[in-house]
Parts: sequence; C-alpha cells; structure tokens
Amino acid sequence: MSSPETSPYKDSEASPHGETRATEWPLWEIFIRGQHGLSHRHVGSLHAPDAEMAIKNARDVYTRRNEGVSIWAVEASDIAASSPEEKGALYEPANDKVYRHPTFFDIPDEVGAM
Amino acid sequence: MNTPLFEFLCRMGDNTLVLGHRVSEWCGVAPVLEEDIALANTALDLIGQTQLWLGMAGEVEGKGRDADKLAFHRDVWDFRNALLCEQPNGDFGQTMMRQFLFDTWHLIMLKALADSSNDQIAAIAEKSVKEVTYHQERSADTVIGLGDGTEESHMRMQRALDKLWPFVGELFIGDDVDDAMVEQGIAPDPAALRTRFDNQLDAALAEATLTKPADDFAHKGGKTGARHTEHLGHMLTQMQWLQRAYPDASW
Repeated sequence: MSSPETSPYKDSEASPHGETRATEWPLWEIFIRGQHGLSHRHVGSLHAPDAEMAIKNARDVYTRRNEGVSIWAVEASDIAASSPEEKGALYEPANDKVYRHPTFFDIPDEVGAM
Repeated sequence: MNTPLFEFLCRMGDNTLVLGHRVSEWCGVAPVLEEDIALANTALDLIGQTQLWLGMAGEVEGKGRDADKLAFHRDVWDFRNALLCEQPNGDFGQTMMRQFLFDTWHLIMLKALADSSNDQIAAIAEKSVKEVTYHQERSADTVIGLGDGTEESHMRMQRALDKLWPFVGELFIGDDVDDAMVEQGIAPDPAALRTRFDNQLDAALAEATLTKPADDFAHKGGKTGARHTEHLGHMLTQMQWLQRAYPDASW
C-alpha cells in the first residue's frame, strides 16, 4: 500500500523524490485468520507508525468485508527471508527423493481422505 | 411545531449525516492511503447510522418523508446537527481533533441511549456503539500520536483544539427537547454526560501533551437550527447538488 510511485504529475507527492522520505512509516506484513481453527494467512502489507496502528490499519484495509477473526502484524524488517538465488541449494535436492512422499503405502478405505 | 421525539432523532441523524459527509470529503486526498481508507470507513459507518436515525425520524413524523428526503430536501435552517460536526476539515490534524471530540461524546451518548425506554432507539444505539467504539479508539490514538509527536504536529493539534473547543460546549447544553426526552426516559440529560466526557478528554489530552483551553465559551444554535455557522450551507450545496438540480432523481 501507500506506493508513492503512482502518478507522474509534477510537484505531486508522486513525483520523483529520491531517497525514502524520513517521514515514511515502516512497512508491516499483515496476516489474518479467516475462521477459528484455520491458520493465519498473509494478506498483504501496509504502512503504519507503530504496531497498534498497524492492527488498526489492517482492520480498515483488510477486514472490511468480514474477512477475519484475528490479525497479526509483523514489521517487514523483522522477517528473515530466504534468498531467491539460493533456491538451487535449498529446494532442488528434494526433487529426486520421491521416497519422501508417502505415496508407497496402501491406505485402507476406512481411513478416508488424508 | 415538530414533536420533541422527531427533533431529537433529527439531531442524532443530522450529527452523523453532516459529520459523515465532512469526513467523506477526504476520500482520495488523505495524507496516506491507510488513513484514506480508514476515514472512508468511518464516513460510511456514520452515513449508515444516519439512515437509521433519519429513517426513524421520518416514521415518527408520519408525513411520508424517508431518510433520503430528510437528508436531501431540507435546507440549512432545518438541520439539527451540533455546530462541531459542520466545521470544515482544515488539515488532517483538525479533522482528527474534530473526530476525537465528537467520537468521545458520541460514544458516551450512545451507551446511555442503549438503555432508552424506546426499544428502536436502544437497538440503533446498540448497533452504533460497536462502530463508534472503534472510531473513538482510532481518533484518540491519532490525537495522542500527533499531539505528542513532532513540534509541527503538536503545534497543529493544539491549534485545532483551540479552534474547535468553542463548539464542544453545545453538546452538553440541554433545552426543551432534551427535557422532554429525559421525562420520557428516552435520552439522557446532555449535561449529565459532561463529567465522563471531561475525564476521558483530560486523560487523552494529558497523554497528547495538549492543553485544554481555559475559556469555556460555547457557540450555540446548531442543534436547535437557530444559528448554524456559515459552513453548513456551503456543504449542503455540494451534498445536495444532485437533488437540487434534478429533484427526486433516483437510480
């Protein structure tokens, strides 16, 4: 949200502004739990001056249509993320290890869907 | 002469209508997108409450006017909103100060109305309390954040408080209509809400490092319709433009 890059008009807030302005609020990632029993899901991000306002903003931006019963706000800079360049080392070794998938078992019908 | 109940319902409905329209004026031009959406939500809540109050006012009046008729076919002198609601938005700080002052009164009022002897009024109040509780939390937080913020934001919030303060007193001044409401157990005596309002206000202003003006002078004439400020007429020319140009136009 709050992208300052939407309009080319001169002297508007959206015109080129160089470095991030000092007044820019930090970015928060918002997670919402849709119903009891489900886990929180990432729904998007927004800017807010502090955690409390991040929750309030999330309430206004992401739960206007009854979407959730619980909101988590996490400051984006606190999230440790894997690097896209490492994806070879991280994920490819799993490709040829089919035995890690539990597909070699016969599941009795009585068990139902798993 | 209108019945006191009709007058009272117009006061409640015109407060939310006029303030709701004022707040909606920020749509698309608020300082940040998140605030823009929050303000639009608040405005929509207030307009929704207006439909209930003015809808009921129309029923009580029994002359076939519905909420839309009351909202769009009356002129300034028929409006019964408190003067505070019609004050211009000013800067974002002034808008949030106006919202905070109104929300704080509004929430106390609605909580009292939830015990009204009139079931329909109690039901409208109960529904509105949930929305206004959030409005009040949000506007109080913003007033505290900006008041206790930078030198610039503090200065602007103090200026907003000084400017709006003379319009606060009217909310607590009763008249014949209020007396009739008290007598029938429909609504509380406005003056009786003052202590709770002052306590909440003082606590928030202390946190916001803002100073309440010493002078308690209060402008009057909004809720009686006797003397609105010049701003309401200008606002109505915008709000009622379509119905004035094309009377009774509908979707």
